[in-house]
Amino acid sequence: MNTAIKLLSALVEWIDARFPLLKLWNEHLAKYYAPKNFNFWYFFGSLALVVLVIQIVTGIWLTMNYKPSAEHAFASVEYIMRDVEWGWWIRYMHSTGASAFFIVIYLHMFRALLYGSYKKPRELLWVTGMFIYLTLMAEAFFGYLLPWGQMSYWGAQVIISLFGAIPVIGEPLALWIRGDFVVSDVTLNRFFALHVIAMPLVLLGLVFVHIIALHEVGSNNPDGVEIKKYKDANGIPLDGIPFHPYYTVKDIVGVTVFLIFFSLVVFYAPEMGGYFLEHANFIPADPLKTPEHIAPVWYFTPFYAILRAVPSQFGGVVAMGLATMLFFFLPWLDRSPVKSIRYRGWKYKAALTAFVISFLALGWLGLQAATPLYTWLARFFAVVYFAFFLLMPFYTSTDNDKPVPDRVRYP
Amino acid sequence: MHDGEIDKQRRRFLTTVATVVGGAGVIATTIPFISTMTPSAKTKAIGGPVEVDISGLAPGQRLTVKWQGKPVWIIRRDDKTLNDLETLNAEVRDPLSDVNQQPPYAKNEYRSINPEYLVVIGLCTHLGCSPNYFPSDGQQDLGSDWKGGFFCPCHGSRFDLAGRVYKGVPAPTNLIVPPYKFISDARIIIGDDSGAS
Repeated sequence: MNTAIKLLSALVEWIDARFPLLKLWNEHLAKYYAPKNFNFWYFFGSLALVVLVIQIVTGIWLTMNYKPSAEHAFASVEYIMRDVEWGWWIRYMHSTGASAFFIVIYLHMFRALLYGSYKKPRELLWVTGMFIYLTLMAEAFFGYLLPWGQMSYWGAQVIISLFGAIPVIGEPLALWIRGDFVVSDVTLNRFFALHVIAMPLVLLGLVFVHIIALHEVGSNNPDGVEIKKYKDANGIPLDGIPFHPYYTVKDIVGVTVFLIFFSLVVFYAPEMGGYFLEHANFIPADPLKTPEHIAPVWYFTPFYAILRAVPSQFGGVVAMGLATMLFFFLPWLDRSPVKSIRYRGWKYKAALTAFVISFLALGWLGLQAATPLYTWLARFFAVVYFAFFLLMPFYTSTDNDKPVPDRVRYP
Repeated sequence: MHDGEIDKQRRRFLTTVATVVGGAGVIATTIPFISTMTPSAKTKAIGGPVEVDISGLAPGQRLTVKWQGKPVWIIRRDDKTLNDLETLNAEVRDPLSDVNQQPPYAKNEYRSINPEYLVVIGLCTHLGCSPNYFPSDGQQDLGSDWKGGFFCPCHGSRFDLAGRVYKGVPAPTNLIVPPYKFISDARIIIGDDSGAS
């Protein structure tokens, strides 16, 4: 036993002389001090990493049987589902993982809104996170074409046409994206390349940058106070605890609970009533006929509802683009001296509540066929959505914020 | 070379030249990467003209053919339909086809060469869905005064039987009329109008 430990420590020493193994371990885990008052909302960062790993691993296995051609794509997915050993499981993991990714990321972003995690000094952390979100949307969009069902086809047709609505350069741009006059085999082939190589590489790079930025400034916490302000004689934050083992253990609990819910969906409701896998996508793509009712997958529908709410074509595209881009500017729109919702006044609390309601309402409306009533509702909620951002400098600077404690409250 | 002294001017010059030449190289290298994503020679060839036999088309009937991968509709219109078009002038956005969505020979009240046959690309000018064909005698819920036309399921755009867009819908322009010509009374070529009047 003793010799084994001796051999192991000798090995670590040998590596350490050549690669900063212990240094990395300490800086990012064993001696990375995180606030001791993390709560439920702090599960979603590590869960996003877990889902990323699930997507990459199941994605690699899917490519072993998938064929990126208009002629074979749909059939190869059915082949995976019916004939490949455990193929259905791999595919449902991947399709459920896509929706799970967005659920986790939306909750992760909501956490930032709750506790002001985007505020100084974490502006770049937030901005890199937003780039991850945009990349994720592109990744999901490219991936959705691959099964080559009716919804894949017409969804891609509509989204690419959004670019076509840009004045002057729009049409040539849409042609360039498709590589053909309509969505075709050529488009499918390049979307495959972007989905399995380009976007994942960008995503991994951005996640790396995101974590480096996080570990430079340190985590925010539910009280929104900087734990680095009060340190002990050794320079360790008084309200900090080492990430490992304290938060690795906490996160393992989170991952376990998450995987229980994830497995329930994978095994018992992989289509989730048409929300995770849309019914129209079980029909092969037909370039001559649009399905009766088309809607994007649920995670895009808030923006889709905004697109439809604007009566002008180009105006709709601009509004939709703006709806995603406004998140980038949160660190500078928020003028409150207080980070956490615990010490904010009623104005921000009311605004955030209205925003969450309008985001969910728009998401629901985007799934429905557009009737005059729904269009007016979408317009109303779109106005609330934009008001949350555009009025933020005013309501946050005049809010009746409460005094913030010097140190975190425990728990 | 002076003994160990740094010639800063020379260093700056070399840095600038290396940056400019290297930068130009990088920019030049992006050209093939961008160009390779435009339609290939094969894709363009598949987009060539198609010949269609329209002799079997009954009044009111629609024929859908594929050209450049897009649905092209050929609809035989009866006299009632053609007469109805004028009554819709106030309800459509561009009744005289002023926006350039058709070849010059189709810029007329029927938006066609031979009024009897409408030839349009069956993709909505909003975001490219393919609208559904609703003849006037259908049981669809598009209003009792519906004179026949197309309804897009994606975002609710409506077009009449000349492919003209109604007012108050998201589609900005009329349906596109592709280049085409009659080579006989019963045969047309879509995608080629060379030598046509």
